[in-house]
Parts: sequence; structure tokens; C-alpha cells
Amino acid sequence: MFLKKIAQALGLAAFLCCTHPAWALPADLVLAVAAGESDEQVAAVAKLVASGDAGVETYFQALLDGEVQVAGGKRVLIVKDSRAVDAASGDKVDPLPADLDDPIVNNRLRGALEGARSALKLNSPDRAERLAAVKALGDGAREEMLPLIAKALAAETDPQIRQSLTLVQASVQLKSADAAVRMAAVKALAQSDNPNTKMLLLGLLETKGEDYAEPDAAVRAEARDTLKAVQSRLSSADRINQVFTGVSLGSILLLAALGLAITYGLMGVINMAHGELIMIGAYGTYLVQNLFRAQAPGLFDWYLLAAVPAAFFSSALVGMALERSVIRFLYGRPLETLLATWGISLILIQTMRTLFGAQNVQVENPVWMSGGVEIMANVVFPWNRAVIIGFALAVLLLMWFLLARTRLGLFLRAVTQNRGMASCVGVPTARVDTLAFGLGSGIAGLAGCALSQIGNVGPDLGQSYIVDSFMVVVLGGVGQLAGTVYAALGLGMANKFLEAWSGAVLAKIAILAFIIVFIQKRPQGLFALKGRMAEG
Amino acid sequence: MGPLASGIGKLYGVRGWVALGACAVILFLLFPLANLALPKGSLFYISDYTIALTGKIMCYAIVAVAMDLIWGYTGILSLGHGLFFALGGYAMGMYLMRMIGREGQYQSDLPDFMVFLNWKAYPWYWSFTDHFWYAALLVVLVPGLLAFVFGFFAFRSRIKGVYFSIITQALTFAFMLLFFRNDTGFGGNNGFTDFKRILGFPIATSETRMALMVATGAALILTLLFARAIVASKLGRVLTAIRDAESRVMFSGYNPVHYKLFIWTASAVICGIAGALYVPQVGIINPSEMSPANSIEIAIWVAVGGRGSLVGAILGAGLVNGAKSLLTVAFPEYWLFFLGLLFILVTLFLPQGVIGLLKSSREKRA
Repeated sequence: MFLKKIAQALGLAAFLCCTHPAWALPADLVLAVAAGESDEQVAAVAKLVASGDAGVETYFQALLDGEVQVAGGKRVLIVKDSRAVDAASGDKVDPLPADLDDPIVNNRLRGALEGARSALKLNSPDRAERLAAVKALGDGAREEMLPLIAKALAAETDPQIRQSLTLVQASVQLKSADAAVRMAAVKALAQSDNPNTKMLLLGLLETKGEDYAEPDAAVRAEARDTLKAVQSRLSSADRINQVFTGVSLGSILLLAALGLAITYGLMGVINMAHGELIMIGAYGTYLVQNLFRAQAPGLFDWYLLAAVPAAFFSSALVGMALERSVIRFLYGRPLETLLATWGISLILIQTMRTLFGAQNVQVENPVWMSGGVEIMANVVFPWNRAVIIGFALAVLLLMWFLLARTRLGLFLRAVTQNRGMASCVGVPTARVDTLAFGLGSGIAGLAGCALSQIGNVGPDLGQSYIVDSFMVVVLGGVGQLAGTVYAALGLGMANKFLEAWSGAVLAKIAILAFIIVFIQKRPQGLFALKGRMAEG
Repeated sequence: MGPLASGIGKLYGVRGWVALGACAVILFLLFPLANLALPKGSLFYISDYTIALTGKIMCYAIVAVAMDLIWGYTGILSLGHGLFFALGGYAMGMYLMRMIGREGQYQSDLPDFMVFLNWKAYPWYWSFTDHFWYAALLVVLVPGLLAFVFGFFAFRSRIKGVYFSIITQALTFAFMLLFFRNDTGFGGNNGFTDFKRILGFPIATSETRMALMVATGAALILTLLFARAIVASKLGRVLTAIRDAESRVMFSGYNPVHYKLFIWTASAVICGIAGALYVPQVGIINPSEMSPANSIEIAIWVAVGGRGSLVGAILGAGLVNGAKSLLTVAFPEYWLFFLGLLFILVTLFLPQGVIGLLKSSREKRA
């Protein structure tokens, strides 16, 4: 019972404290911030921050908001809506004194105040607020705030914030006059894998004429070692990133090329409109997205589930219509097929321009595909790319199953291997051709659906993939999936690694040059068919 | 008459020579008179625009003849002829850029785009390009050399058919990307433009335009005769044989690689010359000339006119580009529909092109 009474009393006291914001700041410091010389002001800000009193934040905020007045050059008041509070004690002041002056808040003081405010927010219970505070603190941190930072660091549990905070702490300490403090800072940095660390350390090793920025040789040596460690950690992060983006690009190429592997690789139809079938899939996704937004906003996050089949079937239908109306008349005449399908691609592009306008349309990621998962510092795998990698694998598996395990696949292989014989034993070759072309086109549509999630959707979408996807098929060799898969992943990886080394355009040129040379050695691609099949 | 002259005389029949002569008279006599001598209001006056357009289309016609040699006669569909055309154009463009002198925006010895990149001197591959004849040499050498090297490797490893087409397209695409880079030293995506003079003459006057048009016409006629000489010769018969049955040509003891390489390189050189004539007339060259779409369009000129007929190629280039300059002004949004349909219909229904149509109608009458 007794304890309960005490608790109640304490609660009451806390309640009173909250309703009557009373605090006790050293009045001379408060006055110095509001009315001192510029140097005094900044120094006083730092001292107030170090005190850690609850009133400091309110006071600084009021200063920044222009709500502080100095009464008679002695007493600092926070005036809001004609109600005044003493900035030092938090007591109400009534009535308002007559002789009020505005304090001088110049840019230097403003910067110091903002830095201080961030430092104070370091103790906030909200993770996002603390993170923002650390970021805001950045360069504004001053030596006087070190105790506060140390305190926050001791209490901090979040690894990301800890890291940034350590960096801030070290950058302040590196400016210290004491070589031992600087040494400790450099040592602390060795654990960091933040790219900014590198800049910080490089700054130490800079020379101005004969003098180093860092006067102490031992600290310099330590900094060099630390730099090496940080650099190696950073470059391994870079490499992981490259592998991921390479696999991601490879999966996109794979999707774009898988359809081509059927229509070109198996059927031997060179379809220059393949890119436009990808584009149609992307526009199909766009339409489904709009439909969901208009009719079922609650289900918007799941529109992709409907968009995937929609993209497949829209492209497949267009593809089958093309096969029936144009392409089947040109079997066995590849060069003519090339020209005719190029004409088809022009018409499809212009149709889309007429229907949807020449501008790109917006396709949004569902919530569950936006953002990313952070593997380690500086290594973020965006969800949309990760999902597409999985999607490409799924499509690949499905296609393999279709070709190797179903009746349609069997017929398709039979027709491509020996059309006449297949026809003799009763395979409806014409229908198989149409279905196979539809399948290849539908897979192009799936690629379009995936592409809409990571890039722009416009009438020219397909044009940028057609050369790449043909390269994949040419490199992989005609007639099988394994070659296509290896070629797509290989090209994706090679592209990204070369890009990091030489820039995007040169990387692309190098790849094309490589393919041209490669074709010299192995004209039939990576996985050439052997024996009589090769002379198809 | 020497053997050479009599040989040339045999290239065409009497009617052929008369038609060619008539064309020459129209191009070299009537056009200049109608444009330069007649007053602007006259009924027979031909505007500068028409002259420029004629010159431009004749450049395309030269390319079409080159394309016909390699595709119509030898059966190799190149999707890289736009590249050779553009390379010739760039070589000429380098000379024209040097001739701007200090009249650029920054009044520097260097072209504006180099000033913009903060370059202090011309890169090595720009040296001597201020001499016209050196630039003219480049016009021939650069496309020729590239075609020779590329063709050597491609034909030697027996890349043919669609494979070859796709690889040439990739080559063109790669070069386009390369020329889009600012650091390549060819003006990035703006390319070369704002030319001032050629061989000391101001480039934008009616007289210079007329001279360029006449030069293009002469080049076209020479190209036609050269191509005719090739296809009428034994060499031409081997080329046609390669198109129709390459293995059989090999088994008969010919090495197709040499023949293909020769015609491929010659075709590229002709394209380069056409490009060099094209650039001073349109006043601009940029990497979009190398876009794969342009190269494929060349194929459709030849297909429309009629493959395996040199006059047909010229006719096709004229028809398609004439239609293009009419349609892109009148109905710009329908041009791609028209072009696309042209690709489809010609391949499906007109394998011999317009020339084939004319021939069969003449045979029906006879």
C-alpha cells in the first residue's frame, strides 16, 4: 500500500513537471547565446548542449524559430502567441516586459544551433529520428559535443547509427590538438566500412607543400594502415554489389532472350519485332496497373499477379497473329523474315505511340517490391531486382518443363528437328509453329512485365533490348536453353564488371567486340550442336 | 577506241546509254540552268530545296547501288552499310570542321565541342584533316579498311546468312555508342554541324549546292557504271553463283572468301563516298546516322526497287526517300506505318521489286 502511494505521488509529481515546464539552465550561458559576441555565442551553445538539460532543446528551437526576445539586455524570454516563458528557468513571465529586443541569430549561430539540436536528438527513442540526427550532425559536430556523442554512442544499439556516430566522433576527434586523441580516432575508424571514412583518412594524408595535414608521423602511419583495411573492406562490398547487379542484368537479359531462344533458336525465325513484343508486355502490365488503381485500389499491391498472365497472353496473341499473317509465309527465307519483322516492329512502335503517346508511362512497384534489403553497409539489394531474378528462374524452369516434359514440347522439338518426318507421323506442324511462336512471344511479354518494374516503359523500350538479346542467342548457340542461360548471365556479369572498370559505353563496345571475335572461333555459339544436327 | 572504252560501251545497250545520257543532261544541264539562270518566279524555276533534296536522294541511291552489289548480287544482307556511310561522312565532316577556322562560337582554332571539353589540341587522328585530299583519302580508307578487316574475319570463319546480318548490326550499334561518347572526339551526340566553307567556297550558296549536287550526280553515274562493270564481268557471275549456291562454287574450285571480301570492301568504300557527298549537302553528321534502323532502311530501298538490278536499287532509293520527304511533312505520324507496311508487303508480294513488276507487265504485253 505504501509503495503504491509513493508511486502515485511520483506520478503526480511527473505530471506537474510536464504541465509546468520548469528547468534550470545557467542564466549567463542562456544570455550569452542570445546576446553575446559571435564566438561567445557558439561556445555557449556547445556548453549548453553538454549540460544535457531538457530545456536546451526548447530554447534552441525557439531561437531558430525566431521566438526569443531579450528583455532589457538581461533576461531571455521565449515569447509565443504573446505568452512569455523565461528561457533559463522555464517559469511563466506575466505581464510581458516592455523593453524587448530581438537576439542576433546569424548564420554561424544558426549552424551551431542546428548541429546542437541534432546532437540533442541523438537520445531520442525513435530510431528514424536518431538516424536523421546523426546524418544532420555530420560536419556540424564540434569538440564540445564529444561527451554528448560518447554518451549517445554508449547507449546506442542500432549498428547503422552506431557506425555513423563513430564516424562523426572520429571526425571531430581528428581535429583535436592532442595527438593521442587523434590516434585513438584513427584506430576507431578501422572498424568502419562507410565510404566517407576513406575521404576522412585521405584528408589526413594530404600534403600542403612540405607539411602533411596531419603533423604526427605515428598517426599518419596508423592512418595509412587503417585506410588499407577500410579500402579492402569497401572494395569487397563493391564486388558483391557488382555481382548482384551483374546477376540482375543477366536475369533481365535471360528473360529477354528466352523467348528468342524459342522463336530464333528452335524455330529459326529471326524476329526483329521481339523487342516490341517485350514492349507490349510492359504496356499490358501498365494497363492492368491502371485497372487495379481505378477499380480495386485495395488490391493494388497484388496487381502484378494479374499483370503477369495479362502480359503473357497479350504478347502471345500478338505473336500468334503475326505468325499466322506474315511469318509463316517466309519460313526458310531468313533474310526476308528479318526485313518483314522489322517492318512489323516499326508498325507496333508507331501503334503504341498513337495509342499511349510517345512519352514514357509510369508503372509503379507494389509496396512489397520497393525498397531493399541491406546485406551490409553499402550493399543494398533492391527488392524489385531480387524478385526479377527469382522470376527469371521460375520462367526458365517452366520453359524447360514445357519443352522437355510436355506433349507440345515434344512436338516442337520434333518439328524443328525434322519437319517432314514429324508431319508424316501426324504432328500438326502448322499449329505447332503457331503455338511455339506464341509461346516465345508470350515469354517476351513476361520479360516486358519484369522490365516495367525496374525501368521506363515507352514505345522504344524494345529497341534497346533487341541487340542485346540477339547477342545472347548468338553467343549461347542456337537450339538449346543451357547456352542461352550461360550466355545471358555471362554477358550480364561481364557488362557490369567492365562497366565499373571502363564506363558503361566502353563496356558495351568491348562486349560487342568480344562477341564478334568469339564468333570467329566458335561460329555456332558456346554450345554447338554436333553432327548432322548442326547442318540444319 | 581502246579495249577499255569498248568494254565500257558494252555495259549497256543503245537504249541504256540513251537513257543514261538523258539523265546526265537533265542533271548536269537542265537542273543548273533552271536553278541558277531562271528568275525565282519563273514556271520552270527549280528551288534550292529541290536541288538539295535531289542531291540527298542521289547520295542514298549510291548507297543503294552498293547495297545491291552485296545483297542483291552476292546474297549477303549487310545491316552495317549505314556505318560505312556515316564513317565517310565523318571523314568529310572533319575536313569541314577544320574549315570553320575561328568562326565558331568560341573563336578558337579548335571546334566548339573540343573547346567545350576543355581540350587544348587536336587529337592525333585529326591531324592533316585540314587538307582536302587527305580527308578524301580517309573517306575511302576508313570504311574500306574497317570493312576489309571485319569481312576478313567474318568470311574466313564462314559466318553467313542471318548471323552475318546480326553481327554487322552489332558492329554498327557498337560504333554508334562509341560516337555518342564525347570523349571519342567526334562531337558526341551533336556530331558536326555549322559548316562554313568547302574548298574555299561558302557552303550555303546556291552555286556551291549546285556544284555538290552535280558532283553527286556524277558519282552516282560512275558508281552505276562501275557496279555494272562488276556484275557483267566473270567476277560478277561468280558473285551471283555464291548467292545461289555457295557450296557448289567452293566445290568448283573457287574460294568464295576472296570474292566476298572484294565486293564487301568495294561496297563499303562506295558507301563512304556517298556519305562524304551527303554531309556537305545536309550540313550535319551525327551518330544517329549509325543507328541500326538507318542501315535496315537501306535494305528496303533495294528491296522496293528490285534486288539484283542496279537501276532498280536507284529507283527504290528514289521512291522510298521521295515518299519519305512527302509523307513526313504531310502525315508525320503515319510514316512509320507506311514504312513498316512497305517492309512487309514487299517481302511478301514483291520479291523482285518494282523493276520485276515492270518487267512482268512488259512481258505480258509482248
